[in-house]
Amino acid sequence: MDGDDDISGQMIDEIYANGGEETDQRSRRAIMSGDQLDIEAYAALYSGRTKIMRLLFIANSSKNPTVQLDALRMAYDEIKKGENTQLFREVVQKIDGRLGPNYDMDLSWCEVVERKAEQKKERLENELNAYRTNLIKESIRMGYNDFGDFYYSHGQLGDAFKSYVRTRDYCTTSKHIIHMCLSTILVSIEMGQFSHVSSYVSKAEQGTDPLDPITISKLRCAAGLANLETKKYKLAARKFLETGPELGSHYNEVIAAQDVATYGGLCALATFDRAELKSKVIDNSNFRNFLELVPEVRELINDFYSSHYASCLEYLGNLKANLLLDIHLHDHVETLYDQIRHKALIQYTHPFVSVDLNMMANAFKTTVVGLEKELEALITDNQIQARIDSHNKILYARHADQRNATFQRVLETGREFDRDVRSMLLRSNLIKHDYNIRASRKL
Amino acid sequence: MDPLEALVAQIQGLSSSSADIARLHTILKQSDDSLRSNSSRLSPIFSLIDPSIHSLGFLYVLDAFTSTSVSNQQQAEELVPIITRFISGCSVEQIRLAPEKFIYVCKRLKDQVMLLEAPIRGVAPMFTALRKLQVSTEHLTPLHADFLLLCLLAKSYKTGLSILDDDVFEVDHPRDLYLYCYYGGMICIGQKRFQKALDLLHNVVTAPMTMMNAIVIEAYKKYVLVSLIRHGLFSTSLPKYCSPLAQRNLKPFCQNPYIEMAHTYSTGKVADLEAFVNANADKFESDNNLGLAKQVVSSMYKRNIQRLTQTYLTLSLEDIANTVHLNSAKEAEMHVLQMIQDGEIYATINQKDGMVRFLEDPEQYKTCEMIEHIDSSIHRIMALSKKLTATDEQIACDHLYLSKVGRERQRYDFDDYDVPQKFNI
Repeated sequence: MDGDDDISGQMIDEIYANGGEETDQRSRRAIMSGDQLDIEAYAALYSGRTKIMRLLFIANSSKNPTVQLDALRMAYDEIKKGENTQLFREVVQKIDGRLGPNYDMDLSWCEVVERKAEQKKERLENELNAYRTNLIKESIRMGYNDFGDFYYSHGQLGDAFKSYVRTRDYCTTSKHIIHMCLSTILVSIEMGQFSHVSSYVSKAEQGTDPLDPITISKLRCAAGLANLETKKYKLAARKFLETGPELGSHYNEVIAAQDVATYGGLCALATFDRAELKSKVIDNSNFRNFLELVPEVRELINDFYSSHYASCLEYLGNLKANLLLDIHLHDHVETLYDQIRHKALIQYTHPFVSVDLNMMANAFKTTVVGLEKELEALITDNQIQARIDSHNKILYARHADQRNATFQRVLETGREFDRDVRSMLLRSNLIKHDYNIRASRKL
Repeated sequence: MDPLEALVAQIQGLSSSSADIARLHTILKQSDDSLRSNSSRLSPIFSLIDPSIHSLGFLYVLDAFTSTSVSNQQQAEELVPIITRFISGCSVEQIRLAPEKFIYVCKRLKDQVMLLEAPIRGVAPMFTALRKLQVSTEHLTPLHADFLLLCLLAKSYKTGLSILDDDVFEVDHPRDLYLYCYYGGMICIGQKRFQKALDLLHNVVTAPMTMMNAIVIEAYKKYVLVSLIRHGLFSTSLPKYCSPLAQRNLKPFCQNPYIEMAHTYSTGKVADLEAFVNANADKFESDNNLGLAKQVVSSMYKRNIQRLTQTYLTLSLEDIANTVHLNSAKEAEMHVLQMIQDGEIYATINQKDGMVRFLEDPEQYKTCEMIEHIDSSIHRIMALSKKLTATDEQIACDHLYLSKVGRERQRYDFDDYDVPQKFNI
């Protein structure tokens, strides 16, 4: 008897044990990990405007003053390298003198930059007018492109978008079209107008010439981002999973490879069923390259698949703080987490006829009362077919009795038909009566 | 006295065969005015003629006699037994020759009985009168509404129910139908047959009508409340076959407090609902709906408990009390016990542990009674379908319908609506 208890005790441990061997893996440095976000390493992943926006977002959302100041300092340095005086003013206001005299308002720099901008704008306008009178398509296109770049670097995103769109009329080869699409996608993502992103991605993919793999990956990432923002998590997951590893760091002005892994992994976990999860994520050799960059996400997907729910949920909990600092994902973290948790609960109860709620509460590291409430919500929603025995704290699977249900439906349909036809005959009689009266009155 | 005596003699003489009765009928119609003018002297005649043989004559005399208004109790006391005797004894064919007079007499009976404040005295005679006047059980007479009204006032709901079980297909006058369905709905509510009440009230609300009337508005108010009790939800959109007049106007009349009540109900909080009912108690009271409103509140508890049966196998009384927002486990026990007795849920209460165990519906659909029930339903529906086809054919042969279709012939394909030339206008 004691031997049996020992063995069953071990089995029980396996069911809900948190993998102890994971702890040393966590010490491996990864950017998106459970530890405090290393801002420098994080920022190094990106380039261009998105770097500045991400740093500003972190500064806004983080509660930690050192993190805030760090982010603001790096944002300041980055902005100084560019020509965006509007953002510069914003950052200086946020810094509020807390970083010392080096990081104060540099009015001279602002003036210099703005004057140069005026001159450049005049020059570009003159050139463009010249090209337009000469009607050289290629030059006009380049002119508008330059305008677009100019506006973009100065933060006037609406004008940049319009300029890029104007190049469309002057595009001759598919390369031009691709270039235009990529530029508009970039600006649209910065502006947050993801409907444009989707339309320009499809436009780029319709091109007759075969695209090179890097461009394909870029387009897939952009499409995935658009789907993510419009809450189409399943489509977003599919797009991210199809991104090839050639992406590397080529799309740093929008998204880093770690992000592809994180977004794709979380969306897939929240929306795919088991078969899809295995075939498209775990067995996907392409995606594996991405997952190597964020070992925590890889571990949590594997844990979910092998039913180690406690450790899976623990990883999720650790990642949450850092995910909330990501500008694309922060709105969706709660929803995705809820979906993953519900899927875990459903998957846990699915193979059993009866489940002991105490053991289940241990497996999910929660209290029996809380677990009962969550299960009640899922049962009412008809996601789990079961009944709770609250006295003994057991969940019993319950499969609907088809035969009884059919009989009930038959009788109900008969009653409804009966009722409806009778009222119809009555109403038609009333109408006939009314019509007769009116007819007799007319005659 | 002379013309009256002559009339009496004629009545006595000409009441034997159908040809005679037809002659008698014409004579009576001619002497209608003289009867009415001599109405005060008509009471001795009643002893001379026999209601079962001389029904037609009796009817005319009675009609003239009651045409004067009877306002004091003593006259009513005399009149009621005469009418009652007549109704129970009269012959069906004879009174069907003069139905309006018969209806008039019965209505006067109703007035008398209400004057005497003993509506129960009118229930049985009305019932007999109704049955005699009906051409078939599917026919709705104006007497139906009065009969149901008397049943309501006399609180003899079961007699009223027996009438309501007949299906009604032919109606003489829409107003009869409205009143019939409205009173019928109230009787069903009194007997707690909410589904049937809902059907009847639905008929009133969706009936075709050309002008708004108060009956429909009152019926709609009750419809809202009964729908909440029976189904737990109420959709403010009326079906498409409702008259557009109803669709436009019913809601504003009944907005406050009935449709608001439906909104409060849908939030699912009992405390809010109770507060709402208490706040608007006087409005409900003025419509005589306060009892119904209170039933709506208790139905919410029931619905919440029923939802629990879907998720739990066993649940402690404490937990039930907490989930359903009752005050104590004892109250929860009382509610559950009541519901088990009414057959609304299937459960057993274990008092030792304070647990309730929810059971499945024990109906297995294997018994003989169930098979008979299904069989009879099938036959009923087949009969109904036949009736529907028959009505359809009847309308297709109707002169008015064909002329209307013929007029609009250009709109349709020639093949589909091949109407003979003579119906083209």
